[in-house]
Amino acid sequence: MKSKKLKIGWFSFTCCEDSTMVWIELMNENFFKWKDMIDIRHARVLKKRNKLSGIDVAFVEGAITTEQDAKKLRTIRKNSKKLVMIGSCAINGMPAAQRNTFNDELKKEIEFLIIRFKQTPNVRSVKDIVPVDDEVQGCPMDESAFLAVLNKYIKEFGVSSA
Amino acid sequence: MHRFEDSAYEPGGGGHIRINNISKTEGHSNLDIRIKNGKVDYVKLKITESKRFYTQAIRGKPAISLPLMTSRICGTCSIAHLTCCSEAVENAIGFEPTDQTLMLRKLSLYGMMIRDHALHLYLFCLPDLFGKDSILDFDKSQDDMIRKAFAIKSTGNNLSKVIAGRAVHATFAEVGKFSHIPDKAEVDKLVKELKSVRGYAIEFMEIFYSCGLNLERDTNFVSLVTDDYSFSKGKIIDSRGSCILEDRYWDYLNAVIMPYSQAVGYKFEGQEFMVGAISRMNLNKDNLHGETKADASKYTSAFPSKNIFHNNLAQAIEVLHCIDASIELLESNDFKEEHSDSVVIKEGQGIGMIEAPRGTLYYMLSIGNDGKVKYGNIIVPTQQNQVCMEKSVLELVNANMDKPKSQIEFEIEKLIRAYDPCMSCASHFLKVKWR
Repeated sequence: MKSKKLKIGWFSFTCCEDSTMVWIELMNENFFKWKDMIDIRHARVLKKRNKLSGIDVAFVEGAITTEQDAKKLRTIRKNSKKLVMIGSCAINGMPAAQRNTFNDELKKEIEFLIIRFKQTPNVRSVKDIVPVDDEVQGCPMDESAFLAVLNKYIKEFGVSSA
Repeated sequence: MHRFEDSAYEPGGGGHIRINNISKTEGHSNLDIRIKNGKVDYVKLKITESKRFYTQAIRGKPAISLPLMTSRICGTCSIAHLTCCSEAVENAIGFEPTDQTLMLRKLSLYGMMIRDHALHLYLFCLPDLFGKDSILDFDKSQDDMIRKAFAIKSTGNNLSKVIAGRAVHATFAEVGKFSHIPDKAEVDKLVKELKSVRGYAIEFMEIFYSCGLNLERDTNFVSLVTDDYSFSKGKIIDSRGSCILEDRYWDYLNAVIMPYSQAVGYKFEGQEFMVGAISRMNLNKDNLHGETKADASKYTSAFPSKNIFHNNLAQAIEVLHCIDASIELLESNDFKEEHSDSVVIKEGQGIGMIEAPRGTLYYMLSIGNDGKVKYGNIIVPTQQNQVCMEKSVLELVNANMDKPKSQIEFEIEKLIRAYDPCMSCASHFLKVKWR
C-alpha cells in the first residue's frame, strides 16, 4: 500500500525569510525522512511548478504589507486545512512592522513609496487577515517548536513513514 | 501584436515575456521583457519584496545593538550584515577589536559562505543542470550526490553555530567582541567534519565546471580584495585597474532609480558592474588557501572569466577555500577568554565593508553623542548587480530569439539564478543621496 504523505505548502510574505532558511537547514538531517512522509506541493524557494490546492498544512512566514498579499493569503487559507504562522513577522508583524511605529516625520518621508508600491497604511500580521491554527515563535523560528508542530500534524493527518 | 506563444519566435514580431515569482532565489521578483521588431526593447527586473524601511527604522536606535537589528535585513546572509554593521560601529567610535575577535569573525564568515553557497549551488542551481525542477525531484540513483550536498551545507551551518551561536541571526557576535568562545571539544569535532566533506566540495566543482553554461559579458568586475581571501579588511579593486580605499567606495557609486522595482540599482563610475564570487575569483584567486590552489587548479584556471555562469563555479571553489581556511585557523589556534576594552559608544561616523556571499556589502553609519544612530546608508550586492542582470538578460534573449518561449524562460531563470540575487536584502530601503 502506498504510504500517505502530509501535503504542505511553504509561503513567505514580507520578511527576511530567516525561518525559511532554518527550515532548509533542518533538511540537512531530515531530507530523506521528509521525502517519504511529506509532499511539498508549494514552495517557491525550492521549485517552480507549484500547486496551490489540496494542502493539508500551510506554513506562512512574513508580515502582510499589501492588499494583494492579503488576497493571496486568503486564497492560501481557502486551499489549506490548517494554517501555521511561522516566526515573528507572521505572528506580530515585527520587525517588518517597524514603520507602524514611525513618527510623523518618518511617515512623511516614506509616504511616496507606500503609495507607489500600494502598501497598506499599516503592516499587519497573518492572524489579522485569516484564522490560524498554530504558530511557531522566534526570529528565526525555534527549530524544536517547528518540529513539534510538524510532527503533531504528521500524526493528526495519519501519515505513516514509508 | 504578435503573441509570444510557446513556439519558435517569429522574427520581426513583437511581444512580451513575463515571468512572475522567479523561483529558487532568495525573495520575490518578477521579470518583464518587451520585444519590438525582433529585438528586446526593454528588460525590467522587478524586485517585489515590500520595503521594510530599515534605513528609517535604524534612526534613533542605540548603535551598540544595531547589528542585531540589521542582521534581520536578510535571513540567509544575516552574518554578513551583523559583521559589516559591527565593523561600521567600531570604525565610528574608533574601537579596535582583538586579533582573536577578528579571527572568530573570519570563521563566522567562512561558515556563512559554505552554508549560503551550498544553498544556492545545490538547492537552487543543481536541479537546472540535471533537468529537474527541484532538489525534491531527484531519483534514488542520485541520493548519494544529494547526501553529499547536505553534508557540506550542514558543516557550514555547524561552523556558524559553534563560532557565532547560530547560522541565522547569530547570538555570540557583538560590537567589539564575541560573547562566547568555542571550546576545544567543539573545535576538534568541527575540524573532523570539515575534513570529511572536503572531497565532496571537489566533486561539486567538477559538476559546475563541466556544465557548459555560457554567457560572456564585457562588464566590470568589482570586489573587496584581501590578502588571505578572508572577505573583510582590504581594498576595492576592479577589473579595469581601479584601486579604492573602503571609505571612498560610495564616491564611485551612482544610484539608478528603477521606478518599477522596490530596490534602487547602482552603477560604478557611471557604468554597469558585477559583484560576487566571480569578481572575487577574477581579482583575487592568487590569495586562495594553498590547499585549495593545489586541488582546484583545473577549476581556478577558468579565471579571470567573463562568463556570468562562472559565478557558480567561483562559489564552488570558495566552498573549498572556506573549508581549508577554517581547518587551518581552527587547528593552529587555542581560543581563550580574554580581557578586552569595554566598548564606549560616542559620536562619530564609520564605514563597514565586507564581501557577503553575493558580493560587496557597504555600511555607513553616523552616531550621535547620545550613542544613537543619526543616519545610516546600506548598500547590498543585489542592488549593485541589478543593472548588470537586466543587461545580461537582454543579451541572452536577443541571442535566443529563435527558441521556444518555454526554453527562453528557462534560460533566463538559470541566468538570474547565476547572479544569486537576494531580493530581501535589496528591498530594505535606501535613502538616496541625490547629486
